[in-house]
Amino acid sequence: MSLQITNLHATLENGTEILKGVTLEIPAGEIHAIMGPNGSGKSTLSKVIAGHEAYIPTAGSITLDGQDISEMSIDARSRAGIFLAFQYPNEVPGVSNANFIRAALQARLPKGEEIDAVAYYKHLYAQMDLLEMDRKFTARAVNEGFSGGEKKRNEILQMIMLDPKYCILDETDSGLDIDALKIVAKGVNAMRSANRGMLLITHYQRLLDYIKPDHVHVMAEGRIVKSGGPELALELEEKGYDFLKEPALA
Amino acid sequence: MTTTIPAWFTARQQAAQKRYESIPAPKRGDEQWRFANIKQLTWSAGVSPTLEAEEILRVISRSTGLEKPAAKFVFLNDDLIHSESHLPENAICLPFADALLSHSDLVEEYFMKQETRLGSAKFVALHEASVKNGLFIHIPDRCEIEGSIEVHHWISGAAISFPHTLIVTGKSSKVRVIDIFRSVDETTPGLGITYKDLFAGHNSSLDYVAIQDLNEVSRLIAINETSTSRDARSKSFILNTGAAWARNESFSQLIGPGAHSDMLSVSIPHREQEYDQRTLQHHVSESTYSDLLYKNTLYGHSKTVFSGLISVDENAHHTDAYQTCRNLLMTDDCEANSMPGLEINADQVKCSHGSTSAQVSDEEIFYLQARGIDPVRARQLIARGFSVEAVQRLENEDAENLVLTFVDAKFARIG
Repeated sequence: MSLQITNLHATLENGTEILKGVTLEIPAGEIHAIMGPNGSGKSTLSKVIAGHEAYIPTAGSITLDGQDISEMSIDARSRAGIFLAFQYPNEVPGVSNANFIRAALQARLPKGEEIDAVAYYKHLYAQMDLLEMDRKFTARAVNEGFSGGEKKRNEILQMIMLDPKYCILDETDSGLDIDALKIVAKGVNAMRSANRGMLLITHYQRLLDYIKPDHVHVMAEGRIVKSGGPELALELEEKGYDFLKEPALA
Repeated sequence: MTTTIPAWFTARQQAAQKRYESIPAPKRGDEQWRFANIKQLTWSAGVSPTLEAEEILRVISRSTGLEKPAAKFVFLNDDLIHSESHLPENAICLPFADALLSHSDLVEEYFMKQETRLGSAKFVALHEASVKNGLFIHIPDRCEIEGSIEVHHWISGAAISFPHTLIVTGKSSKVRVIDIFRSVDETTPGLGITYKDLFAGHNSSLDYVAIQDLNEVSRLIAINETSTSRDARSKSFILNTGAAWARNESFSQLIGPGAHSDMLSVSIPHREQEYDQRTLQHHVSESTYSDLLYKNTLYGHSKTVFSGLISVDENAHHTDAYQTCRNLLMTDDCEANSMPGLEINADQVKCSHGSTSAQVSDEEIFYLQARGIDPVRARQLIARGFSVEAVQRLENEDAENLVLTFVDAKFARIG
């Protein structure tokens, strides 16, 4: 059981190649972190896995527990078990958080089957308590007027509610103060399970103090250039990304 | 109570008929009919079919709305077919035809006093010459009506209907009235020429909601004239989901310091539907506030025209006036025209106007799809949310939910 990315290449519509052969396996039960400098292709990788149509996969494959999802629509990938926590979550004016999450859950049910509203709210409130979110939040429009921290917390709430098989968190730590980071990490750690794989994309080692990864990968210029254990993150923090440019690594 | 129509009213109707005949029909090139579909302005004489008692009962049973209205009236081609009221005794709430007989002086004091300024003088004259019913509401001083007065106006067959809504709120009183315009069948083209006379008295609160859900072969000309007195607050909300063509002319006059007017509208045209919206926020007095928000969501080959003017008189200092028209274009074939305008003759005013037209962005759709929602449903959720923003300004859950049932029914028809 794993999310398997093999020799993935992707370009922009203008032909610029962003991913230049990424190979990565995230087995269920493990947390992997990808670090790398700006422009290395980290965020693009997360979007390509989610199916964003601005990127054209030109080679390679993405399989989820053995099923090739490369040709699936964005929404079908989500329903198959992929969750992308956005770096910059969109606002959806006029749609309350409660209705938004409900619509996402409803999309996972067979036609004609309705969500039990009482059980839904009970579950929603319990997860909101975990993330220390005010009840008023359910009636507010999705991400509208939210602080950076509230938006990220909202992403984690959606992730918990949708209970995906594989979570990809794109720079979830950016824009968070230390208290918000701890709360978000608590939510992510609560999701750790032998049945679930996670991919953390981050620029800084700080996040990994709160969410301990099993493996760390370094991405540069559209490829994974180095993989190792948690100690690799500390090494990067200490030496900076420049050490990747040393000839030994070329 | 007299049983004959008062002489003043007969004289007004006769004069209006002459005016109707003498005013030339709007033509292409008239500024107030810019972008308008002039072809919609010709029609043949109305035909009111006679309905069997059983059919009338069916119309009454279809007239559902709020769970607990403060009063409820049902009109079929301007004839009252049902009424119920739980209003306090000192509030007057009567069919217009009855009020003409029982409260002639009061009706005369307020009936159609405004000069028509937004283009439909000819059709206003026709309304005045032809009106026979509607609702007259007079809320006495310091009387606050809990809940809403709900009024159903049904058009049956190829009839021309002239419903009149006249609302007067006394000092520090409060009322909310919801008019719902619908057709009995889906295939016969009817015509409605409606007129709303709304007077918000000193420090009162007057909320008016018009839900237009006529069948998609009918036409409507709807005139709203609102006067807001000192420290009063008026709120008008228009929903357009039905009709082949609808023209809304909304004139809001702020006549006393501290007057506050909200003008809200949600329109969701599809196929070939056309909605033509003309507005005027007229600040007569100083220290007045008006805020207009019109939201149009266009599907298919539909078309909207918005022409709005904020006019601030010479002495209306310390005016705050805002006007926003936002168009959400759901197809490449729809057309939204916006003509915002300002005419400021006072100092120390805060005014803004703006109009935007946009499509749902790919990034918005991506976000919803990434949560497992299919793109058709995603677009619908975003479009509904776009309308909800204006509906929420009603600030009354029951009224909002009623409006949203019509919004949701329209989205279900669009599919």
